[in-house]
Amino acid sequence: MWLAMILFGAFHGLNPGMGWLFALNLGLQQRSEKVIWLSLLPIALGHAIAVIAVVLLVLAGLQFIPLATVQKFSALALLAFGFYKLFNYYRHPRWVGMKVGGVDLVVWSFLMASAHGAGLMLVPALLGGSDAAHPHHGAHALPQGAGMFLAVGLHTLTMLLVMGTVAWVVYRKLGLAVLRSSWINFDLIWAVALLIVGSIALWMAFAH
Amino acid sequence: MALWKPDPSFYPSAKMAMQAPPERHAYVAALNPAGTDKPDAICVVDLDPDSATYAQVVNTLELPNIGDELHHFGWNACSSALCPYAPHPHLERRYLIVPGLRSSRIYVIDTKPDPRKPQIIKTLEPEEVMAKSGYSRPHTVHCGPDAIYVSAMGSANGDEGPGGIFMLDHFSFNVIGPWELHRGDQELAYDFWWHLAQDVLISSEWAKPSQFENGLVAEDLLANKYGHRIHFWDLRKRKLQQTIDLGAEHQMLLELRPSHDPRESYGFAGVVVSTEDLSASIWLWYRDNDQWQIKKVITIPPVPADEKDLPDLLKGFKAVPPLVSDIDLSLDDRFLYVACWGTGEMHQYDVSDPHNPQLTGKVEIGGVVNKKGHPKVEGPLLGAPQMVEISRDGRRVYFTNSLYSSWDDQFYPDKMTGWMVKVDVDPGGGISLDKDFFIDFGETRVHQVRLEGGDASTDSYCFSS
Repeated sequence: MWLAMILFGAFHGLNPGMGWLFALNLGLQQRSEKVIWLSLLPIALGHAIAVIAVVLLVLAGLQFIPLATVQKFSALALLAFGFYKLFNYYRHPRWVGMKVGGVDLVVWSFLMASAHGAGLMLVPALLGGSDAAHPHHGAHALPQGAGMFLAVGLHTLTMLLVMGTVAWVVYRKLGLAVLRSSWINFDLIWAVALLIVGSIALWMAFAH
Repeated sequence: MALWKPDPSFYPSAKMAMQAPPERHAYVAALNPAGTDKPDAICVVDLDPDSATYAQVVNTLELPNIGDELHHFGWNACSSALCPYAPHPHLERRYLIVPGLRSSRIYVIDTKPDPRKPQIIKTLEPEEVMAKSGYSRPHTVHCGPDAIYVSAMGSANGDEGPGGIFMLDHFSFNVIGPWELHRGDQELAYDFWWHLAQDVLISSEWAKPSQFENGLVAEDLLANKYGHRIHFWDLRKRKLQQTIDLGAEHQMLLELRPSHDPRESYGFAGVVVSTEDLSASIWLWYRDNDQWQIKKVITIPPVPADEKDLPDLLKGFKAVPPLVSDIDLSLDDRFLYVACWGTGEMHQYDVSDPHNPQLTGKVEIGGVVNKKGHPKVEGPLLGAPQMVEISRDGRRVYFTNSLYSSWDDQFYPDKMTGWMVKVDVDPGGGISLDKDFFIDFGETRVHQVRLEGGDASTDSYCFSS
């Protein structure tokens, strides 16, 4: 579970479309390096909120629905979303504007993360982790919840670190021309990843 | 179709785009005026100097309808796709969005797999365009980061305004709807562009369809009823923020050329004619304490002429107005090209200091009175420099000679033919006609030129360098 959280965090961190490029752009536009680093914080926050929203939803669900059912539902949701994304990987939320403040960035990042299913992707890992420690729902939800929030924190921290590193390397060393050669189709990879994780989760849910 | 890496013709900044390889071909809007019963077309011109068919039309894609009146057109996607707030880096610069200014029809033309044999892959019929956009007479096309933006001269029902802007979906090319949420008292439309990194859209004013479709209405012009205002919009809130009136005598405010550097907040606008003295002018907009200002930075005077040399429309004035129709700004924001469609001149100004442009070059060809010829062909030429396009590296400038079918006939009544020429640019300033480049389109008139991979009036950049 922890490894998955870190890996997905790193993936979001690498993807220029998920934050670091926006931060870098704002810094360049305002001719201030400080702006680059400060902009990363609201972006990470927005991302975390999007993920936490899903976690809360899952925790709420666990109060009423058996874990195994939640696992199956989330796996199916992932597969359906992955399938949709596979053919619509290029669609993103329309959100027009370059002159943004901190709140704007939080909202933008929240939208991007939600629309890409960043939170949904983490559900199988979170459920898997809680499953191992606590096979039943109900009274144990709180400690489960604490573990989940820790996992989300770790995920977001990884994303922030990777975003910061990439932004620093591009800003200081590589230059923006690197976008032309290295901005690979993260959206397509993500769609495939959604499908893979969904399949594994479904298999695990039924293997119980 | 999935791209693994960004389209190679997308560049983060204008500076990087200047390093792009030279264009190998151009797409040219060709129109056959009413009465010829021939459809309009998109012509492919070979621009590869090493090719056997260099400076020739290598293919003509005839449209399936008659009377569209092709005018301006544009690419579906460009470097703005790298803008970080709405990144779409894996779009392809592949489709030409080609509106019929008279028919309100929009063609989507695929330039792949063979860029020299473009094909129509989708047609938005006038009824659909008008019903979904609320507008008619589509004109300027700009590739935005989140959609394709198109300006339109008229409202959906009839020949009056308001004209405005609507959006097309990046992927399906369906009409999304009108762009404006709060248009204020904006009524007339024409060109638009933006300071993308500053959330600012700028729009200009030409006329209502009833004022141009059947020719220039002289009474309206003398009564200063053509457009003379410039509008500044909040691109994000889609709201009119500020309007500046240049003065009623400055008739027809057409092309808008904002600085390509996203950190700069200035640009140039061309005015066709002053009803006070027949001069044409170039205006500079700039921001001062959060308020937009505009001032005249170039005035081009009319040239006195003998009445017998003038078309009916101009006889009474005993002069040829310069009639600045198109202007274009090089990607380094250094040179501004100004087409004088009346006097038959193409001017080059050094606008390194945008407040103080310096005339650095001039070529003469065509013109209402001069009718100056080209070294490659015999005899006088009708028409004059009109739509200008600059290569990304700024070294080559191409232009054509037709303005708008019914207006061509008013100013050049002696059966104007269509032609396209090329100008070579001295990197330090100065321009000269390429003596070997002259394309004769015969009775077909030619308008906007779009270059392979982008040009100086297509791409917008969100990064400064």
